[in-house]
Amino acid sequence: MLKVVDLEVYYGAIKALKGISFHVNKGEIVTLIGANGAGKTTTLNSISALVPIKSGSVSFMDIDLKTLPAYQRIYKGIAHVPEGRRVFARMSVKENLEMGAYCRKDKASLNRDAQRVYEHFPRLKERRNQLAGTLSGGEQQMLAIGRALMSSPTLIMMDEPSMGLAPILVSEIFHIIQDINKQGTTVLLVEQNATMALSVADRGYVLETGNVVIEGTAKELSNNPEIKKAYLGTA
Amino acid sequence: MSLFINQLINGIHVGSIYALIALGYTMVYGIIRLINFAHGDILMVGAYTVVVAIGTLGLSPLAAILISIVICALFGILIEKVAYKPLRNSPKISSLITAIGVSMLLQNLALLIFTPTPKPYPVPLSVAPLNLGDIQISFITILTFGVSIVIMMALQTFVTTSKAGKSMRAVSEDMKAALLMGINTDNTITLTFAIGCTLAGIGSALFCLAYPSVSPTMGSLPGVKAFIAAVLGGIGVIPGAMLGGFLLGIAESFTKAYISSQLSDAVVYGILIIVLLFKPSGLLGKSVREKV
Repeated sequence: MLKVVDLEVYYGAIKALKGISFHVNKGEIVTLIGANGAGKTTTLNSISALVPIKSGSVSFMDIDLKTLPAYQRIYKGIAHVPEGRRVFARMSVKENLEMGAYCRKDKASLNRDAQRVYEHFPRLKERRNQLAGTLSGGEQQMLAIGRALMSSPTLIMMDEPSMGLAPILVSEIFHIIQDINKQGTTVLLVEQNATMALSVADRGYVLETGNVVIEGTAKELSNNPEIKKAYLGTA
Repeated sequence: MSLFINQLINGIHVGSIYALIALGYTMVYGIIRLINFAHGDILMVGAYTVVVAIGTLGLSPLAAILISIVICALFGILIEKVAYKPLRNSPKISSLITAIGVSMLLQNLALLIFTPTPKPYPVPLSVAPLNLGDIQISFITILTFGVSIVIMMALQTFVTTSKAGKSMRAVSEDMKAALLMGINTDNTITLTFAIGCTLAGIGSALFCLAYPSVSPTMGSLPGVKAFIAAVLGGIGVIPGAMLGGFLLGIAESFTKAYISSQLSDAVVYGILIIVLLFKPSGLLGKSVREKV
């Protein structure tokens, strides 16, 4: 479904991505794991065209995205939950969800999706008239995911959804990610929390300083001694 | 007492014009964090358009004013496309200097085309003022206040309820997140300039009805004052610009009446300094606290 080939991205003179390749099949949860600065966020941002690509290609459903401006990518079915949530703090929860549905025209299925989001996140329904900036970190993360779901995406990319959350919220968020996937949305998940990410993912790629160094099924990666040592904190 | 009320009315009159112009500053600042110093000169563009439309083309005053408002909006769009859009990813200071440059360009073009000699604003309004005992309210005051209030309410409704208005707020909060929602941010920015300059065009007509002299630099002073009004109310905050405009107009008018007419500008700038010292984010501005 999503195919990234030899992707290179520069920030000024610094080469942030040194030719990474990976793919995501329909219906999968694929995770990119790695330390800070490995290039995980940059990868997602280049798929969303928030950063320019130097060379290499990104294609989605066999269409090359090269010339597609950033704002049009959601119309193709790619939703992006950015790092740090980036909800619209001075807009209400409801307005944030409306912005998530900005690309939609069909009112009927829109209401159905709003209901679905409120089912996933009952807390958001309670707080729908509250300003997003007044929500707690966990609620903001739920809102960011809910907002992305409002576009009814085929692929949802999530950047560190567990960042800064209490452990109990982290497992709640990961449950929801699994639910979303079961309902038919393909997931590309970027995480530092490798243990959690590999526990829900089908496959994974390990990034190190702009390169894919190891790839495999989640099970293979979980049992790989190097990964255990470097990312899972178990020997 | 009647002096007080008459001055209050004067203040509201000039304040509603400041508020209209301040809205353009604040909306543009809200969306691309740029103080558009050329905004005041849009007033002058509108005024000369009316002069030409009536004097040269022989149009009716109403048609001339409507056309001038459209021309102001088009100038806003043009300035954004030519001067600011290419600098979208440059340091803020580059756009700021460009804004000053655009302001000078407009003023000097007007000097070249229309000469420095002020021209009369060719829209005579001779409607008898409303007399309520000692208190006199001119027709222009009523018109100015009425038009401003209607426009501000319309604008507030637009940004809080319409899809385009909400996307405008989204872009002003976080442009990248707005892109991810599928919002064409370039179009949203263009729309913001168009609306801001439309309001300046309307402000221009109302300003000229009160002060009917058209010259190349006529936009500078009201421009600066409207900018102060926007900062006073909290730049980037739409209701703040309205509040700031009215407060500034009233303060100016009272200073002229009770202290000294020569000091009125000093008082206006003094208010700016005091606000910046004690509440830099402005009266309705929220202090920005970054959540990490």
